Amino acid sequence: MLLIESQINTQDEIFHSNYHHNLLLLNELKARLELVRQGGGERYRQRHMEQGKLFVRERIDKLLDPGSPFLEIAPLVAWDLYGDDDVPSAGIVIGIGRVSGRECLILGNDATVKGGSYYPMTVRKHLRAQQIALQNRLPCIYLVDSGGAFLPMQDEVFPDYDDFGRIFYNQAIMSAAGIPQIAAVMGSCTAGGAYVPAMSDETIIVNKTGTIFLGGPPLVKAATGEEVSAEELGGAYVHTHLSGVADHFAENDDHAIEILRNIVAALNTHKKIDLDVAPPEEPVYDPKEILGIIPKTFRETYDVREIIARLVDGSKFQEFKANYGSTLVTGFARIEGYLVGIVANNGVLFSESALKGTHFIELCTKRRVPLLFLQNITGFMVGRDYEVGGIAKDGAKMVHAVANANVPKLTVIIGGSFGAGNYGMCGRAYNPRFLWMWPNSRISVMGGEQAANVLATIKQDQLVRQGLSPMGERELAEFKQPILDKYEREGSPYYSTARLWDDGILDPTQTRRVLGLALSVCLNAPVEETQYGVFRM
Amino acid sequence: MFKKILIANRGEIAARIIRACHERGIRTVAVYSDVDADALHVRLADEAVLIGAAAPSQSYLRGETIIEAAKKNNCQAIHPGFGFLSEAPGFARAVRDAGLVFIGPPAEAIEKMGVKTEARSLMEQAGVPVVPGFQSSSASDDDFQRAADHIGYPVMVKAAGGGGGKGIRIVHEPATLLESIAAARREALNAFNDPTVFLEKYIENGRHIEVQVLADSYGHVVHLYERECSIQRRHQKIIEETPSPFLSDEIRDEMGRAAVNAAQAVQYVNAGTVEFIVDENEKFYFLEMNTRLQVEHPITELVTGIDIVNAQLNIAAGAELPFQQEDIFQRGHAIECRIYAEDPANNFLPAVGPVLRTVEPAGPGIRVDAGVVTGDQVTIHYDPMIAKLIVVAENRINAIRKMEWALAQYVILGLTTNLAFLKDVMQHPVFMLGEATTHFIDEFLTPWVPPDTEPSEIALIAATLSEIAQAASILPAATPAEGDVYSPWSRMDGFRM
Repeated sequence: MLLIESQINTQDEIFHSNYHHNLLLLNELKARLELVRQGGGERYRQRHMEQGKLFVRERIDKLLDPGSPFLEIAPLVAWDLYGDDDVPSAGIVIGIGRVSGRECLILGNDATVKGGSYYPMTVRKHLRAQQIALQNRLPCIYLVDSGGAFLPMQDEVFPDYDDFGRIFYNQAIMSAAGIPQIAAVMGSCTAGGAYVPAMSDETIIVNKTGTIFLGGPPLVKAATGEEVSAEELGGAYVHTHLSGVADHFAENDDHAIEILRNIVAALNTHKKIDLDVAPPEEPVYDPKEILGIIPKTFRETYDVREIIARLVDGSKFQEFKANYGSTLVTGFARIEGYLVGIVANNGVLFSESALKGTHFIELCTKRRVPLLFLQNITGFMVGRDYEVGGIAKDGAKMVHAVANANVPKLTVIIGGSFGAGNYGMCGRAYNPRFLWMWPNSRISVMGGEQAANVLATIKQDQLVRQGLSPMGERELAEFKQPILDKYEREGSPYYSTARLWDDGILDPTQTRRVLGLALSVCLNAPVEETQYGVFRM
Repeated sequence: MFKKILIANRGEIAARIIRACHERGIRTVAVYSDVDADALHVRLADEAVLIGAAAPSQSYLRGETIIEAAKKNNCQAIHPGFGFLSEAPGFARAVRDAGLVFIGPPAEAIEKMGVKTEARSLMEQAGVPVVPGFQSSSASDDDFQRAADHIGYPVMVKAAGGGGGKGIRIVHEPATLLESIAAARREALNAFNDPTVFLEKYIENGRHIEVQVLADSYGHVVHLYERECSIQRRHQKIIEETPSPFLSDEIRDEMGRAAVNAAQAVQYVNAGTVEFIVDENEKFYFLEMNTRLQVEHPITELVTGIDIVNAQLNIAAGAELPFQQEDIFQRGHAIECRIYAEDPANNFLPAVGPVLRTVEPAGPGIRVDAGVVTGDQVTIHYDPMIAKLIVVAENRINAIRKMEWALAQYVILGLTTNLAFLKDVMQHPVFMLGEATTHFIDEFLTPWVPPDTEPSEIALIAATLSEIAQAASILPAATPAEGDVYSPWSRMDGFRM
């Protein structure tokens, strides 16, 4: 592998003006993360603590091996999604961390946010956590503290394919697949939620604070007239001594965490990795310089190798087909010692770039090398010559290869993600194991300006057909503005992450650390053989 | 009002000015050197312009580059802060010539007050008392000796073009006078490129008391009362308070009037500070005028309720002062401590390093003007003052108590700071009685031994447990991962998104 020689001048004005611009974007990200980490706020945390319960993030910190990382997924989900109803992180914290030396999927309800009840986005986030666990064969640890479905929105939470019921379906499927399901009930766990511990392989319940029942005391009273306390109905003693719904009696949160760690230590699972690894090396170029490279607008271009140089070990890259289809950069590198194939946009996609990408993906799947997509794409080239040249079928080949590639796929949207380029570059629909965005990135079916122009052209034609005079310059601007505004708002990474179109917005300077952790996570699952279908030739 | 201004400074004062501008809806442009790319003031500003390398002469002192940046970014004015270019008349003039507003006094006023000998005679003419002294550019050694005898020993030899304690000699007896003059000239020549020195009576046990003034462009001047700045180390202030515990109301008013006269004598505009030395009999003498915003301006803001930076913006934009002298009162007592990255146990040697963590004290009457946050670096390139802690309370003793408490709450890890030293000053009986003079630190706190830094038993137990836990977790995992020998999950950096 060869050292990428950076052409960036870290002293020039453009670098510094980009740096400042991106630093402000990063500040905004950090401020928002800081905010949601407070959960439901001081008042609710106080009440939570008074019950002798730990805050969800403290539970997770204590559960993890001391000082080890936690790869949190989608902390900014539900941001600004439910109008006046603030639901930080959708009231649930999910992520991957090491427990007793074993990488696990951890999911914890945050009872300081609306009592930990399930909004539609809470359900989706819970399901996303399970999907990650299933794809990467990670033991699941559920820290349960939730009042169940958010009833005012029951129609969006209960009935459909990927609604509440899917949670228990997944638990059954994973348990069957040998992926351990462990629950600790550290608060209430009512109605449908009661199936989380009940469907688990092994369950802990905390004395006094933990309760499990299908119907709570008010419902029982209404239904049968029986008056019973929560403790008598479904407390720790009842479930560990009488009902058998739970297996371990914990005195408090700390005790429950100790039992959890002991359970994981005896799971008899084994991470066996099937990938070439080498001692990790820091990049030669400082990853912080990425902030000075990302331009302020999509109109300005730069060489994506400059980004690669700041993500990979020793800034070394073995480029594939460097002189062919140059708007797509492909090649091998290492991240934290793990071999990885990189596919990165360097301009609009042409037929050649798509063919090159397809070829490279085939290389990686044959050699069982994970793929990293660095997405910054305005789309495929348009125009008569290109259509006649068959750009649609060449694009289709790349989409086909990406869809079927069975090696672990990771995607980072480092710039624009517009149109069919999103598909070829392993967008959310193509099942990457993880997909993240950068604070500067945008995602929509096409760029805002493009969309406004397309709609304006259609409108003008319509007017002419109706025998009316076409819009003048001012009218045209007025017509376009709301479209531009809509794309501006909906293209934002915060709009995306609020809807769980991604697994979170990354600090570009820490992307390397995250990619290393994520690659390691992917290696928990064996790589299956890739089988392609029919490539249109 | 201005729409956009450039701040030609860094650190806490740049942050202070940027915040004042944002309050008014004024957009801000920061300038910075390459080592400051991540600095607080750069992050706060709406826009930022790189102006050169770390050394101030390569960046923050490059007047032309700064003016160019202001013009290029459509700024209407430049605020110089303090230090750097704030008292350079050439810069103030160049800003004006470039069609921009200099948020500070006219270049002519800076010039007049900048040359100490000239300032002395101007003040004498304006009836402002000056320290008995002698100045002449053509005087012989004999003339100096006669003059010193006339003034009476001890006398001070000072550089005409000087400041910051350079070129100053204190002479206690006639025998060493000529030798000291020669030494002061050499030092003055080196430091200021001007060997002119003058004599002044040395006020023993003097107190350093200054008066804040505000002047608009229409000749209206008011004072915002005094600040007592006697606690100094190496001729630099570290603690300031207002009101002075020493002054009688009568002298306080007299000094205020003298300060207003001083400002009027040089057609002063904007915020400025007239410094006096006050002897044991409450006789006060003009020392110099600082033609800029002062580090210690917040204590005046807290007792008068007037936002001085905001007033500077208004004055520079051409507004009249919205108050008369009789509208201005002192209410309560304010103290400021300057937090330095330095080692008070080792001759106040500046300290550098990373700011691993800072936690600022907060509560009623507590204000922190900080220039660094967790994760920043303190470098050798700039003044080691990293923050100012300011408190206000109903009276002096409560203000001291509040300051003691706030100092104890202030956490700055990773750097040696003077926090513990400042706390010792607050607890010293001489300071508590309000009797400290400019010799206070030399007399009572030198040498200074830091308090017992042995960590508490609980801290030691916690550290040991953490150490054991770390060691346990890097032992082979219960289920070893085959082939995953360099796993990034093994790095105990506590990574969070």
